[in-house]
Amino acid sequence: MKFLKNFMVGVSVLALSAGAAQAEISDGVVKIGVLTDMSGTYSDVAGPGTVTAAEMAIEDFGGTVAGAPIEVVSADHQNKADVAANKAREWGDTQQVDAFAELVTTSVAMAVFEVAKQQNKIALVSGAASSPLTNDACIPSGLHWTYNTRALAVGTGSAIVKEGGDSWYFLTADYAFGESLQRDVTAVVEAGGGKVLGASKHPFPASDFSSFVLQAQASGAKIIGLANAGGDTINAIKAANEFGIVSAGQKIAGLLVFLSDVHALGLETAQGLLMTASFYWDLNDETRAWSQRFYERTGKMPTGVQAGVYSSVTHYLKAIEATGTDDTDTVVAKMREMPVDDFFAQNGVLRSDGRMVHDMYLAEVKSPEESTGPWDYLKIVRVIPGEEAYGPLSESTCPTK
Amino acid sequence: MKKYLAYALLLTLLLVAPLLFYPVLLMKVLCFALFASAFNLILGYGGLLSFGHAAFFGGAAYVTGHAIKVWGLPTELGILTGTAAAMVLGLLVGVLAIRRQGIYFAMITLALAQMVYFVFIRSGFTGGENGLQGIPRGTFLGLVDLSNDRAMYYFVLGVCLLGFGVIARAVHSPFGQVLRAIRDNEPRATSLGYNIDRYKLLAFVISATIAGLAGATKSVVFQLASLTDAHWHMSGEVVLMTLLGGLGTIFGPAVGASLIVTLQNTLSSGPLGAWVTVIMGLIFIICVLAFRKGIVGELQAALRKSFN
Repeated sequence: MKFLKNFMVGVSVLALSAGAAQAEISDGVVKIGVLTDMSGTYSDVAGPGTVTAAEMAIEDFGGTVAGAPIEVVSADHQNKADVAANKAREWGDTQQVDAFAELVTTSVAMAVFEVAKQQNKIALVSGAASSPLTNDACIPSGLHWTYNTRALAVGTGSAIVKEGGDSWYFLTADYAFGESLQRDVTAVVEAGGGKVLGASKHPFPASDFSSFVLQAQASGAKIIGLANAGGDTINAIKAANEFGIVSAGQKIAGLLVFLSDVHALGLETAQGLLMTASFYWDLNDETRAWSQRFYERTGKMPTGVQAGVYSSVTHYLKAIEATGTDDTDTVVAKMREMPVDDFFAQNGVLRSDGRMVHDMYLAEVKSPEESTGPWDYLKIVRVIPGEEAYGPLSESTCPTK
Repeated sequence: MKKYLAYALLLTLLLVAPLLFYPVLLMKVLCFALFASAFNLILGYGGLLSFGHAAFFGGAAYVTGHAIKVWGLPTELGILTGTAAAMVLGLLVGVLAIRRQGIYFAMITLALAQMVYFVFIRSGFTGGENGLQGIPRGTFLGLVDLSNDRAMYYFVLGVCLLGFGVIARAVHSPFGQVLRAIRDNEPRATSLGYNIDRYKLLAFVISATIAGLAGATKSVVFQLASLTDAHWHMSGEVVLMTLLGGLGTIFGPAVGASLIVTLQNTLSSGPLGAWVTVIMGLIFIICVLAFRKGIVGELQAALRKSFN
């Protein structure tokens, strides 16, 4: 009896506090914590540029939302999950941060998901790539914005097969990530009527790709798929260039390549490379206008990850404006209800598994002759519809979808 | 008498610290202090530079995480399992490595640690690149809920004090004396009739076990174990902590570890965010060039001088 009484009191207190939270901004300020890699491998893809993107989103919103000021704090997680978990926890406990943004590297995103779940905060993931973030590892308030490995692998695979690239050879990084990438692409290539002629596994990380590239060349496959990332991809592309793979008629498909990688490689080396992009600055007037502003601040054109941070933060702020509260559950519900419509995504849909579904682009790197100016690197070969890139919601293994 | 007063003061400080500082950061400091102290036992007192201690630290973290998350062991038993795993690993590595000295010893430990790292990146139970995430903190003896940061802090403090106790006991025992004798003059220790290999191996295993205890505790604090813990960068970082604090001093490594961890944490969110690694490098250079005995080592030397 006493238990029941206590229980009822508890429920009513909870209901009251929930009601109170509905109508206001906690602590009178909306704070966004950008956790990113400022100095390591991903500092070009994400890094300081994502902090700039978040600041731009806040400025464009007018600096206040629902009458409360918006603040941004940032930190370098050095690609270490424990540093990220520590910082996120500290922000949540002592600095009243309401949402964590960016979170490049999957181990970091997963660690912050755990913190976000416990503290009931929102995680706006842009840089981390792994699909499990919206599958087995999903949380209700973890939103995956820019891309994922499924979109990159399956999107690239099916789009290239449709463009006629029906025989493949893989250069695969010899660990779980590379293998799963190869498996995903193989499935979709074969489903599209293509054939996989073989694969070479290379150690991770590797610097000398010549023997692997020669095997790929000898296979006679039309497409050489790079199931690796970062430095490995760059080294493989350089080796392929030295052996004249592309000029001899084979094509290279990078499964995890970013605009900043193309910039680092140069068009001479990277020309003819096929890649899937979540965003490209030179798509239309809107993207050009925003990217120009970004360029003026940072001296670089934005990557998809950076544009994605702007988009996710803006959408988050719009949901707060619409509901008048920063209560996590209310805001997430509103974010799902509203379509994502900005320069980054047209009619993007935020699904219940946390995936933001939007169109992706299969692009080819221009040759130096085709390029008309600095940062004019890509031509869009095909628009990959969001549903095709990310798969239907029924495929997601997220338990809370 | 004065000594006990100082210890009592230190203990009081440690007990009230979570009221003044953020407990999660303090727990991280404690774990790394224990790790560096364990490393100091073998480098500072045994004169053996191991470049593979990350394998014990990270290995214990993974085993603990797996034991608690998948096997469902209670927190204390999980930590013990991880520590035991580090001990076994330490024994295996130690048997092979202590046959050589100096740079060869360092290279053997590094090579074996890299092999362990490779196993972690390839095997399924570690989660590969993504790490082992979402390890539940559980309860202490089924009574105290450890998801509360304060409660967790006192639990970690207890574990670490236990670890420090073992190290201090080892250093101040006859065993520690022999270890120092071996460090200073190995042939002489042999001629005195000591079986030096056995002493070195025991020191190595104790050091690996306590490094494992630190890693196991850290995985429970952060609820994750990742490749960072087992990477050779971690082996390097612990060398930096030990040298900065003071090689072969009881408190030096703990001081070095607190300094490095606090710096990493404060710098990461400031305007110097992108410069953390550069600053760490500079500190290391300054330390090696200007005060080779480390912070505590230099302080002790200064104190001794002022008494003379």
